[in-house]
Amino acid sequence: MLSQFGFILLFIVGAFLMLAGILGMARLLRPDKPNDQKLLSYESGENAEGGSLVSFNIRFYVIALIFVLFEVELVFLFPWSVVFGDKQLIEQTNGLWGWFSMAEMFVFIFILSLGLVYAWAQGHLDWLRPDQKVNPFKSEIPSDLYENINKKYS
Amino acid sequence: MEAVLIIKGIIILAIFALSLGIAAYETYFERVVAAYIQDRVGPDYAGPAGIFQPLADAGKLFFKEDFIPALADKSLFILGPSLAMLTALLTSAVIPFGDSFIYEGQKILVQGIEVNIGILWVFGIVSLGVYGILIGGWSSNNKYSLYGAIRAASQNISYELAMGLAIIAILMMTGSLSIRSMVEAQHGFNWNIFYQPLGFIIFLTCSFAECNRTPFDLPESENELVAGYHTEYSSMKLGLYLFSEYVNMFISSAVIASLYFGGFNYPGMDWVYSKFTSIWGATVGHNWATVIGICVLMAKIFFFIFLFMWVRWTLPRFRYDQLMDLGWKALIPLAVLNMIITAAAQLSGKPLWIGLILTLIIMLVIFLPAIKKRTVKA
Amino acid sequence: MDILGLLKNMTITHWSFYIVSMLTLFGALGTIMSKNPIHSVIYLILTFFSLSAHYIMLNAQFLAAVNIIVYAGAIMVLFLFVVMFLNLREENEELPKNSILIAASIVGGIIGITLIAAIRQTQIEKVNPYSFNTKTGLVETLGSLLFNKYLLPFELVSVLFLIAMAGAVMLGKREKGERHF
Repeated sequence: MLSQFGFILLFIVGAFLMLAGILGMARLLRPDKPNDQKLLSYESGENAEGGSLVSFNIRFYVIALIFVLFEVELVFLFPWSVVFGDKQLIEQTNGLWGWFSMAEMFVFIFILSLGLVYAWAQGHLDWLRPDQKVNPFKSEIPSDLYENINKKYS
Repeated sequence: MEAVLIIKGIIILAIFALSLGIAAYETYFERVVAAYIQDRVGPDYAGPAGIFQPLADAGKLFFKEDFIPALADKSLFILGPSLAMLTALLTSAVIPFGDSFIYEGQKILVQGIEVNIGILWVFGIVSLGVYGILIGGWSSNNKYSLYGAIRAASQNISYELAMGLAIIAILMMTGSLSIRSMVEAQHGFNWNIFYQPLGFIIFLTCSFAECNRTPFDLPESENELVAGYHTEYSSMKLGLYLFSEYVNMFISSAVIASLYFGGFNYPGMDWVYSKFTSIWGATVGHNWATVIGICVLMAKIFFFIFLFMWVRWTLPRFRYDQLMDLGWKALIPLAVLNMIITAAAQLSGKPLWIGLILTLIIMLVIFLPAIKKRTVKA
Repeated sequence: MDILGLLKNMTITHWSFYIVSMLTLFGALGTIMSKNPIHSVIYLILTFFSLSAHYIMLNAQFLAAVNIIVYAGAIMVLFLFVVMFLNLREENEELPKNSILIAASIVGGIIGITLIAAIRQTQIEKVNPYSFNTKTGLVETLGSLLFNKYLLPFELVSVLFLIAMAGAVMLGKREKGERHF
């Protein structure tokens, strides 16, 4: 088995070499004439205002926290899913093993779902929606004018 | 030892070449499909029917000047796209592209590496995939890039959970973490899609989100964020980002095909195998049967690549709150439900029936509104 | 000590162990030496990745995968988020005062010496390579152990998660009237 993982190492090294090859080749081929104007940060053609350090909604952080918790839960589910359908164990216990492991996992998932429901109820999974406002502008041109034109040329 | 090393080296090189070659031609297919859907001609200038377009594009990327913004973090600016490409390539190591070739009495698996944590490796590398975008976006020192990076990270981690839960439902059926044994369990026409229709839909949606493809391409939505995380990138570094998206698309198509659509299995494969071995003998016949299996897998992969493109040119982009709602409030509860149903189905001893009934229900839920609308119109 | 002879006798396992160890140490040193916090986080990811390689060499494959998924994949994303939130881009050239530096190095040195002494004193149980179960680190073994012998701790873990989740939710809680942006 170790040799198989050795090949993963080989794979990683190979990928690195290939990346270095591609970037190195591009470096050799491309022109390189930087000037101050070219190296400015892009901001829709204007000079960049202020730093790029913009503040973020705290929601992103809370989502990441909840994500870490669920990821750990997932990791616990992996060994369970492997032994869940184990024929040998099921036979040894007259089929009890399956129900037993399922019940175990239900308790586990149920408690975690409570956490998700709690975060949901607290509104941490809600993102701000854009307000849709009706534009109060009223055109002086009557709308049937357009319809007449459409009729005329259709 | 030496011979094995050389063979493995060749396989690794072949997988890299395959990933990159297919990724290059995916860009061409993308344009052709887009052109077909939008009733245009598409690329037709470089070579007959424009088939040399990818080469021209790659050449252009090599010859373009590369700027690194003065305020950017130089080392990280280079590391970002490299990581994106690296994570895209590494996933392909564990995917079984075919059964095996017999060469001088030795069985050589058509697979980079056969490990018994295959699916965990894929999952782990996918979870590392965030960094390419996050680091690239941060190091550019550009507001748009940073917004794109944060969005990408948040989106990827949200959909990773549902993806993992869908994978667990598959694992419960096979009881092994090795992708090869998962594929072998789907021998013939015993594909997982019949047992796991809900899981398939969840996994497909999540892989769209993980690849940052439309309708989930908010990290690079051009009408809000210019080009998102790769706003400041140019030349081959931009090329690596764009390429990694297409490599990811190829790999995730391969994973979907292996997990849900039987990988290199196809109905009637035993018959073909016995025919081939009786015509050409055990060794050559086996090798030819493997070749057919590889072709079948490739056909499945191309179908999913086409699906990716079809969806891209059909659906509009989500809003961010819709994206997060879909991930957290729809897919994760559905994935948990899917897991419970799978557990019950496995224990009841009739997983196939439950899977088929589930398929029917899903079909009804998806298509009933459309049918109703049509009848009302008529 | 004949270093050349030693090098010649090293098997491929030795080589990979030394290379991976060097990578791990490089990452760990980079984590504490780099001034830019983002660089630190990236070095830390490298450290976790090479630690996973160590796990694989010990045939603990599941642990290796979990280390990549949870530590390198999930927790480090959180770290990156935090660093980005804190806006620590400007490198703080100003080092803390000399007295603090000296105190810190003395404390660190003492802890290091204590640890080394403690490790030298402890007798590590030798593993018999013939009776050792090589499947110890595999996921199947772990699964059946977790759901038979260690069932109660496992279920308690879920309660711990719930508490952590509640904590996370409380962290993100806003006072009424606070600005949403």
